[in-house]
Amino acid sequence: MPTDKTMISVRGLDKTFTLHTQGGTVIPVFSGLNLDVNAGECVALAGSSGSGKSSLICSLYGNYRPQNGSVSIRHEGGMVDITTATPRQVLDIRKTTMGYVSQFLRVVPRVPALDVVAEPLVALTGDLEAARDRAAFLLKRLNIPSALWSLPPATFSGGEQQRVNIARGFSLEYPVLLLDEPTASLDAENRRVVVGLINEAKARGTAVVGIFHDEEVRDLVADRLFEMRSFKEAA
Amino acid sequence: MTTLPHPMIRVRGITKKYGEMIGCRDISFDLWPGEVMGIVGESGSGKSTLLGCLSGRLEPTTGSVGYASREFGDIDVHGCAEPVRRKLLRTELGVVHQNPRDGLRLGVTAGANLGERLMSVGARHYGDIRAEALKWLAEVEIEAGRIDHFPKTFSGGMQQRLQIACNLITQPRIVFMDENTGGLDVSVQARLLELLRNLVSRLGLSVIIVTHDLAVARLLAHRLMVMQRGQVVETGLTDQVLDDPQHPYTQLLVSSILQA
Repeated sequence: MPTDKTMISVRGLDKTFTLHTQGGTVIPVFSGLNLDVNAGECVALAGSSGSGKSSLICSLYGNYRPQNGSVSIRHEGGMVDITTATPRQVLDIRKTTMGYVSQFLRVVPRVPALDVVAEPLVALTGDLEAARDRAAFLLKRLNIPSALWSLPPATFSGGEQQRVNIARGFSLEYPVLLLDEPTASLDAENRRVVVGLINEAKARGTAVVGIFHDEEVRDLVADRLFEMRSFKEAA
Repeated sequence: MTTLPHPMIRVRGITKKYGEMIGCRDISFDLWPGEVMGIVGESGSGKSTLLGCLSGRLEPTTGSVGYASREFGDIDVHGCAEPVRRKLLRTELGVVHQNPRDGLRLGVTAGANLGERLMSVGARHYGDIRAEALKWLAEVEIEAGRIDHFPKTFSGGMQQRLQIACNLITQPRIVFMDENTGGLDVSVQARLLELLRNLVSRLGLSVIIVTHDLAVARLLAHRLMVMQRGQVVETGLTDQVLDDPQHPYTQLLVSSILQA
């Protein structure tokens, strides 16, 4: 049952895709999914490829639109259902409450790495200098050479882009954090840095939902596993 | 970012008919300060007609466009007197045309193009106007030395940036843009997009942008409206519409994107 420590509360969530370009084929993803995540807790989504882990993360972020059910996020003291919130409310939740680190960095032309990382914090506080200081701290911690900070990440390697993406997700101390394979293409040293960042966020009370294919990383950050299989079969 | 207690623009039931032809049908939405709304859809789907109705240049057959004006308070863009509407178009509303030649006077200098809009709102001091014109040339990354040149000697991308500067110089709060990045080479387009992103977040502008290019929409717009045959078939946050499109037409659009 949800309590006052609950940061995410999912009830009866159904997600299907209807492919109109392929004769209206309906692809069920999950059905009747319930999940509560408390402050300071990290839940790792478990299940084989195609079991709907990324779709659940996207539904939590308000990116995918589920067919039924609710996704309540604790936002400014109250629980807001992101599936029925107005676009403006969803933007506000993403701005202040909920961060998301996707598998791939979406590069913006001409914007240097430092500003890509600083952007969420600038949007919130308007303080460019402080946000750049924070961005520099994170990029350094994630072992991105300072020579790269002023360059747009479009030409960076996959691992470098992913670290820029992680730095961006941690630029703000979000109360809720969604992570989609944050360590997929990182070496051991950088995996340890990411584990450190996640555990520090948990210690501050951040609720984390993540997909971690790397079992070592998963064991170091996750408090429990959430098995997707039963909701897939129900769909 | 300024937080107003109510939306910058309220659109209710806008329908525009050309005789028996439907330009756009029954369109309603609210846009808040600092929000960018993208309108996408095939040619002839009513995007530009809708843009014309929203900016007050085209009279809708039915429906209303309410605007929270700095000077006039809450007003009905189509119900107000013609001089008020014309004043709004010179001051608080900006319209960046698809073709910069429609928004600029090519036979007078860049500085005069910028100064003209300032003078239309009462600026008279030559030094002030010149200083403001130079400031806005710098904002859109045009060298100060080009201020006395005619825009017809500018490249297409520079003309487009000059047109944007001409609109922003009177500090509008809503800017309407029609396909402004189409036809530019990719590096110029990237520069224009970055410029727009910066200006929107720094100045808290509300922008309504019509585009064919879904990548442009993803970069610039917070929200998207997808139009087909004069109607809005899907609307939502940009990432919702592009990542989890629901309507058959939106799915077709998204699946037609070329991957670079």
